Amino acid sequence: MSRWQTQPLLEVEHLTMRFGGLVAINDLSFTVGQGDITALIGPNGAGKTTVFNCITGFYKPTEGRIALRHGEQSIWQELPRATQASGRKWAKGGSSLWLLERMPDFEVSAHAKVARTFQNIRLFQGMTVLENLLVAQHNPLMLASGWSVLGILGFSGYKKSEKASIEKATYWLDKIGLIDRADDPAGDLPYGAQRRLEIARAMCTDPVLLCLDEPAAGLNPRESLELNTLLRSIRTDEGTSVLLIEHDMSVVMEISDHVVVLDYGTKISDGSPSEVKADPKVIAAYLGVEDDEVEEIEAEVAS
Amino acid sequence: MSHDAPAAAPSIDWSRTLKDAVITGLIATAILGPFIGLVTVQDMEHRLILQTRWPLFLALLAILVVGRLLLQIFVWGRPAKPKRAPLALPPSVERIAAPFFIGLLFVFPISVLFALGPQGSIKWIDNYGIQILIYIMLGWGLNIVVGLAGLLDLGYVAFYAVGAYSYALLAKTFGLSFWVLLPLAGILASFWGIILGFPVLRLRGDYLAIVTLAFGEIIRLILINWVDFTSGYAGISGIPRPTLFGIPFNASDNGFAATFGLEFSPIHRTIFLYYLILALALLTAFVTTKLRRLPIGRAWEALREDEIACRSLGINTTTTKLTAFATGAMFAGFAGSFFAARQGFISPESFTFMESANILAIVVLGGMGSLWGVVIAAVALVGGFELMREMDFLKLIFGTDFDPTQYRTLLFGAAMVGIMLWKPRGLISTREPTAFLKERKAVSGSLVTEGHG
Repeated sequence: MSRWQTQPLLEVEHLTMRFGGLVAINDLSFTVGQGDITALIGPNGAGKTTVFNCITGFYKPTEGRIALRHGEQSIWQELPRATQASGRKWAKGGSSLWLLERMPDFEVSAHAKVARTFQNIRLFQGMTVLENLLVAQHNPLMLASGWSVLGILGFSGYKKSEKASIEKATYWLDKIGLIDRADDPAGDLPYGAQRRLEIARAMCTDPVLLCLDEPAAGLNPRESLELNTLLRSIRTDEGTSVLLIEHDMSVVMEISDHVVVLDYGTKISDGSPSEVKADPKVIAAYLGVEDDEVEEIEAEVAS
Repeated sequence: MSHDAPAAAPSIDWSRTLKDAVITGLIATAILGPFIGLVTVQDMEHRLILQTRWPLFLALLAILVVGRLLLQIFVWGRPAKPKRAPLALPPSVERIAAPFFIGLLFVFPISVLFALGPQGSIKWIDNYGIQILIYIMLGWGLNIVVGLAGLLDLGYVAFYAVGAYSYALLAKTFGLSFWVLLPLAGILASFWGIILGFPVLRLRGDYLAIVTLAFGEIIRLILINWVDFTSGYAGISGIPRPTLFGIPFNASDNGFAATFGLEFSPIHRTIFLYYLILALALLTAFVTTKLRRLPIGRAWEALREDEIACRSLGINTTTTKLTAFATGAMFAGFAGSFFAARQGFISPESFTFMESANILAIVVLGGMGSLWGVVIAAVALVGGFELMREMDFLKLIFGTDFDPTQYRTLLFGAAMVGIMLWKPRGLISTREPTAFLKERKAVSGSLVTEGHG
């Protein structure tokens, strides 16, 4: 048994998203294992980003359940009852279940601790690199500043937590190698550095699950390699599970523990990278042919 | 290419220059010929008669052609100079600039009083000092909404009106003092800010601008038409004047002058009002600079940069926008109640769209987000307009019926066009970061997103 079956962190069940007559995602179910790097792959237009938008609350799915676990595995037994209840959160003991399909986007990040990045980088271009990382720590800082009241009056509690947040930002700047550019505007950074900064910014929200939408797009091979190292370290050092959409197979096959393949909104394959690579359905989807034509085409390509 | 050959002096391409002048002349003839050269007048029998004004036409044509020729030869023909770095003050100057400026504001009324005496100085303290400070305060308040949060608000004067009417009505009806009503007016205005905020949360850019514009008009129309409550166009007069913690500024025995053993003069109240608005404006600046360095201020700026990214980081954009509207409106409410207390009379005439446009122009000309920019723009626009009243000498040149204040809007428009051409991001376009690790570097305006709602 693999980790995504024995220790699921996120369970997506029967997820369906329709835009008018278009079925973008059709009855999709998969799980993300705790401590895994899970890759969501598929040809262009397969619905990968739509899945991301459903998980992170930017879209409200037409049907389906998206449940996230904080704490012990045993809490999964409470899932039917959590679903019956009307709330977004079901807590028992120190553990809790979050039903993400019921939550608006900012609560998914603030309370369920799911962070994300975007396919087209969305940094705060006119703010410095450091400020970008401080904005990510908005909620704890807001609390420390007493919803700005204590902050305006200059209470020392806020200064302390601001110092702590700058330290945390420094830690991440060190990690992505941008410490020397901390005071430069984010819009001035080269493309690869902007991608890394967006990941660091998402990590500053202390997520349990990090969703990356094509983190390697536009990176050169060396930067891709650095990205692999960064993602591995996020998993092992921070204990954050990673869900990523990626077209760069060198990244997908190298670092992921679990691959889910989508085509036309339907899951066509699910398993370890080597299993998926060998799956004729996946090959057919990527080549754009029917399943039974795969052997023919492969022979043709080989000759 | 030999390197030791002396660099040839940039010669003027005469054939191109002359060709340009000829083309200019032709275009000018085509445009000016019918418009300036020909004119129709009615004669006694109401017939239209065509007359010509060739000398005027020729004069204008000559100005255009020669002017363009001179520009070609002396300005455009020269090789482009290397671009200078944007004007940046050394940090030491920047550090003393604010205290110096505030100190100047504190000594301004005293020094004017000594220089011109009580009679001569009232105009300078009231028309220049107080008027400019009101606009600086309004500009700083609007700067929170437009400059920081990037929400284009064309109806800001509505909150100013709410503040003014709150003070006028509550003071007249319940006899409450200025010092109680000042915070109350701020609270009421910010309440209306939230009321406006709710429906416009989903709107951005042009749509937001139109709805806020409509909101400003709604408030003004209510003030005009709800005659029982606001007495409509007639306005409210006899609004109680603020007191110095209970000491009124009048000629009575317990008045300010008598209490302090001074000879009564209206200048006392004017100076008091000056320091009052100065304190209110400095409070606005203090709170704004503090808020910018707090998470809420950073969230406002992040909202201006990218709203979707904000939401992905767990920032509740609804409350963030509403706090921006409410905070901006609160300062307008303070300024409004001060305005009512200073004038003693208010009517809907004072709260037209033109006021909103003026305040927005101050923020945009100054550079969105910059406190210093607002100061410079307010001094230039408000002070400049007041100065036009003083320009009596122009009558010697243009004749006695020449009134320079008639040209306000023209100059205003010209200044707007000029600024947008040369400094499209406003006078001070760089953004000061709110936190830094090693050194504070200003962020170039070209990277900062403009407020598009």
